[in-house]
Amino acid sequence: MLSIKNLSVKLQEEDKQILKGVDLEVEAGKVHAIMGPNGSGKSTLSYVLSGKAGYEVTDGSATLEGVDLLGMEPEERAAAGLFLAFQYPVEIPGVGNMTFLRTAVNAQRKARGEEEMSAADFLKVIRAKAKDLKIDAEMLKRPVNMGFSGGEKKRNEILQMAMLEPKMCILDETDSGLDVDAMKLVAEGVNALRSEGRGFLVITHYQRLLDHIKPDVVHIMSDGRIVKTGGPELALEVEHNGYADILAEVA
Amino acid sequence: MDDTLVKDGVDQETVDAVREVGGAYKHGWSTDIEMEYAPKGLTPDIVKLISEKNEEPQWMTDWRLEAYERWLTKKEPDWAMVDYPEIDFQDQYYYARPKSMMVKPKSLDEVDPKLLATYSKLGIPLQEQAILAGVEGAGEMPAEARKVAVDAVFDSVSVGTTFQKELLEAGVIFCSISEAIREHPELVRKYLGSVVPVSDNFYATLNSAVFSDGSFVYVPPGVRCPMELSTYFRINAENTGQFERTLIIADKGSYVSYLEGCTAPQRDESQLHAAVVEIIIEEDAEVKYSTVQNWYPGDENGKGGIYNFVTKRADCRGDRAKVMWTQVETGSAVTWKYPSCILRGDDSQGEFYSIAIANNMQQADTGTKMIHLGKRTKSRIVSKGISAGKAQNTYRGLVSMHPKAKESRNYTQCDSLLIGSECGAHTVPYIEVKNNSSRVEHEATTSKVDDDQLFYCRSRGMDEEEAVALVVNGFCKDVLQALPMEFAMEAQQLVAISLEGSVG
Repeated sequence: MLSIKNLSVKLQEEDKQILKGVDLEVEAGKVHAIMGPNGSGKSTLSYVLSGKAGYEVTDGSATLEGVDLLGMEPEERAAAGLFLAFQYPVEIPGVGNMTFLRTAVNAQRKARGEEEMSAADFLKVIRAKAKDLKIDAEMLKRPVNMGFSGGEKKRNEILQMAMLEPKMCILDETDSGLDVDAMKLVAEGVNALRSEGRGFLVITHYQRLLDHIKPDVVHIMSDGRIVKTGGPELALEVEHNGYADILAEVA
Repeated sequence: MDDTLVKDGVDQETVDAVREVGGAYKHGWSTDIEMEYAPKGLTPDIVKLISEKNEEPQWMTDWRLEAYERWLTKKEPDWAMVDYPEIDFQDQYYYARPKSMMVKPKSLDEVDPKLLATYSKLGIPLQEQAILAGVEGAGEMPAEARKVAVDAVFDSVSVGTTFQKELLEAGVIFCSISEAIREHPELVRKYLGSVVPVSDNFYATLNSAVFSDGSFVYVPPGVRCPMELSTYFRINAENTGQFERTLIIADKGSYVSYLEGCTAPQRDESQLHAAVVEIIIEEDAEVKYSTVQNWYPGDENGKGGIYNFVTKRADCRGDRAKVMWTQVETGSAVTWKYPSCILRGDDSQGEFYSIAIANNMQQADTGTKMIHLGKRTKSRIVSKGISAGKAQNTYRGLVSMHPKAKESRNYTQCDSLLIGSECGAHTVPYIEVKNNSSRVEHEATTSKVDDDQLFYCRSRGMDEEEAVALVVNGFCKDVLQALPMEFAMEAQQLVAISLEGSVG
């Protein structure tokens, strides 16, 4: 599904190499987790994959189902089936949450040459999906992420994911700023979307999210590289011993 | 909730509209029609000629001539933050009308098909048909048919006014101002120039001398006007100024909502538009006046475009009178416009909602004046300025609390949004408070369209233009919501179209 080879990336403004040859293969139907200490390049990886400006790819490649991602505009990547759940979802004053989502859904449909969703169909679908995530009608009407609590913002990201039905989902520190109950709710939302045709890349600092979203594969990232790959037990090891031991071991 | 889908943010239709026109000014075509012009230049003879063409009584001719004499002594204002080449007022046509209008058509059926086609191309219905409210999602809403009466002004003359009969049954007079001068001289004489005096300012004085047509509305006491009224102004002829005059009188306890739209062909030479709008609101009456101004803005290098020098003022004469100005200013090369409220009656209220968009080389200097004279008067100003390209956008406003305006209140919110790094936003608020029981609040913000917001939208599948349109429409939402439904839709689309090509 998502295939990353020797991806090397520089932060343009500071002329600083952040990713130094990342290799990663996420298969359809699988959940991969990336863990790592702060500053290891986890978030940069998610931004580069989704096409944020300010990064320069110096080497390597990233493809989604064999299609080159790096040459595409962010919206083209989205239409190709890539979705990033933001660590810090952005507030857009005056734009209703539902309007935002409907614009997004129809933009993607149009880009794929599909018919747009009618207002009535859209309402039906979003109401059902919002209910599962305990998002009420009020929250759908409010401007995008404005005045949302941390938990509401993250649930809203998952709602967007559910509506857009991407092939490949990247979750960037989705657990940050969430209490246990909120995290459970978000994890349930993600688990409900797990399916054979869909890949997940869950970026997290802590193991606790992985108690709820059970990964198939866990990677440890450090200093711009994947330094260790293993099963779910690797996450537990981090939980118990911290990153220092693992990093010392691979050094 | 379905209603929100249509109203806030951007609808697919908006985006389609943007794509369709590819950012070009949509109303830039012109109508090829035989015109009759008065000779170029401005003299007492031209003033008399205009008066004669309109078959005006002597008092009106005298009124115009007096204005002309005053105009000669006045200077063009230079305090606004706009810059344009000197206007040669003798190198303009002051009167242009389609030849087919020389004999006044008795009904719309007799109007030149070319003129009717012009308006139909602009999307303005001159047939007396009901307009369906809520263009999109109409299936989900009660498909309530709404009627909008239209007065269509083409260059110097009114082409026709719809629904006059039905309105008259309710006692509402809605006709062109030239017709009103002939048919209702007592009302015109009483009110014309009573809100914007002949000598008010250079452009208003010029207008008083040479105005050719415009709309007239009278709503009698206690009458709620049964439909929206609207005037659609179209400049077509070259080198011709448009000087329209609108007079609206809302008698005691009445209500009327009035819409105004404007477009002009794309031409290399700039054209002058100097209008005057006067509104009189008596006790317990309410007037809503909405404008979508989409005159040709000139090209991206600042060639051509309309000079829009407009004086609009509402006088809340009676107690508890209410007025609401809503304007969406997207067009014109230069805009100089300050729709104002005189809050004379006790407990009267004035509101001003404005979206002003300046892209490319456009210059806008616009705002409002709230003159509080009566006790416990209230005013509210919400201004959203958007600058893109190399445009300069200024909010200029005055809030004045007179000594007798005890316990009055004003709230002003002025937000500016910048797109790109070569444009400018300026806010010039003047506040005068001459009593100690009134309260004035002013909030102002300036921000840039945020890259993070755009990236967020794009990562969800919207392209850059859709993303900008969405963010800007969100920024303008407070004002868009103040517009009647049909205009809100049009305004949303205009916002998106006006900003085409402003990013990237």
